[in-house]
Amino acid sequence: MPKATNREPYEQTYYPPTPTGFTRYMRNSIPWQIIRFIIINVKMLRLMMNSQH
Amino acid sequence: MARVLILGAGIAGHTAARYLSKWIGKKHEVVVVSPNAKWNWIPSNIWVGVGDMTEEEVTFDLKQVYDKAGITFHQAKGISIHPEGSKDSASPYVTVEFTDEARTGQQDTITYDYLINATGPKLNFNATEGLGPDNGYTVSVCTAKHALEANEKLQEQIEAMKKGEERTFVIGTGHGMCTCQGAAFEYTYNVDHTLREAGVRDKARIIWISNEYELGDFGMGGVHIKRGGYVTNAKTFSESLMVERDIEWITRAHVSKIEPGKIHYELLDGSMGELDFDFSMLIPPFAGVGLNAFDKKGEDITATLFAPNGFLKVDGDYTPRPYEEWSAEDWPKTYQNPIYKNLFAIGIAFAPPHPISKPMKSTNGTPISPTPPRTGMPSAAMAVNVAKSIRDMVNGAEKPTHHASMAEMGAACMASTGSHLFRGSAVSMTVYPVVPDFVKYPAYGRDLSLTTGEVGLAGHWMKYVLHYTFMYQSKMKPGWSYMPD
Repeated sequence: MPKATNREPYEQTYYPPTPTGFTRYMRNSIPWQIIRFIIINVKMLRLMMNSQH
Repeated sequence: MARVLILGAGIAGHTAARYLSKWIGKKHEVVVVSPNAKWNWIPSNIWVGVGDMTEEEVTFDLKQVYDKAGITFHQAKGISIHPEGSKDSASPYVTVEFTDEARTGQQDTITYDYLINATGPKLNFNATEGLGPDNGYTVSVCTAKHALEANEKLQEQIEAMKKGEERTFVIGTGHGMCTCQGAAFEYTYNVDHTLREAGVRDKARIIWISNEYELGDFGMGGVHIKRGGYVTNAKTFSESLMVERDIEWITRAHVSKIEPGKIHYELLDGSMGELDFDFSMLIPPFAGVGLNAFDKKGEDITATLFAPNGFLKVDGDYTPRPYEEWSAEDWPKTYQNPIYKNLFAIGIAFAPPHPISKPMKSTNGTPISPTPPRTGMPSAAMAVNVAKSIRDMVNGAEKPTHHASMAEMGAACMASTGSHLFRGSAVSMTVYPVVPDFVKYPAYGRDLSLTTGEVGLAGHWMKYVLHYTFMYQSKMKPGWSYMPD
């Protein structure tokens, strides 16, 4: 069987965005994730505050 | 002295019980009826289902906590509500059937001044032939015991893969009318992570199957978030996560039948499909727990009090309308029953006025679209606000004083994988409001400053913090009432 030299384009996996190396690095960067942790906490608290009436 | 009776001790019922005991427990009586002896922090069952947590880490004994808090606890299930009392007494009451060892099967009545129905759902595995761990061929993570069994079967598959065998995993929803896609979504990523940690991911094919029209619908009609300089849909975000982990997906699917090793499904376009599987975790559809209701003459008023799906009608607008005319105003605000003003329903137990996602039917007439989610943070928000209203009504207020419509509250979902603090990962999503309000937020129905999604360690830490915070708070340890719900 000849070796495939092209990629099938119209498949499920062809369209969605995939993260770059930099994005993957930032997902596990401790200093950046500490900042994100604080931001997520603030957002969660705002969500909770906005849900009390 | 007033008696507040709470049916159910899940997130909604237990939250209401905690606050009512704190606010009015010294002068009035708070009674909880639950068929389960243990409380379960259900979101962490996902970790039990992959062996990262034990049953003991996600449950605790309810009676011990309630004894300390001065809450009366009966291990029993509600059978019927009698909101007008009986021929002999005008006091409303509930008939219960005990489930503890000493009194199994015995029935009794408990009168009440205020009743909160927080029974949660019946896990309706019978809706699909072959679904579920008891009479079927799939596993579940809906209870801690189910999750334990799921992990046992997962480990068997891992052992087989270590010997070189290949396996197919199918995870998602087990019926066209399911909700709670988020739990299955999180379990998918945890299974993927567990297989990678075991070094056998290359032997596994993982397939997501759900009744969502598109990935990322979650029963909320999907959400829009700001990412990479665009406002984009959660569909893109969710598909990206699937592709990154080499997970295939099938959406718009109603699982119609499950045989050993084979799932049969129907798609919205009317076509039928089959999937071979070695391991499958499919969420069942939810229904009401089957409570009946009777008036003082003993006549059945179940159909008056409950919607056909078994959930209790409250102050929502249940007038049937086409999807285009649905609005945020349709959703209940106080969770008070319109006929019996001392009757409330919260969490999954209240009847939604309609779904959030647009209802769809296949060309064969099979409904295939998610029903609305109302678990987790929304359940707790409803419980706190209903507890405040009952506190004020006990103290003289004529009507509920607080409101918590799902169109004015947010929800957070932390889909975290792994147990290592620096090797785990998580998808963090926040949505505000849960029910889109296109009058207030015309473009996307939601506040985009509070509707977000991101991937990273921070969400993983957040999930850990939430687990230990809510376990501590639910055990009513010192300072619990100062912690956010």
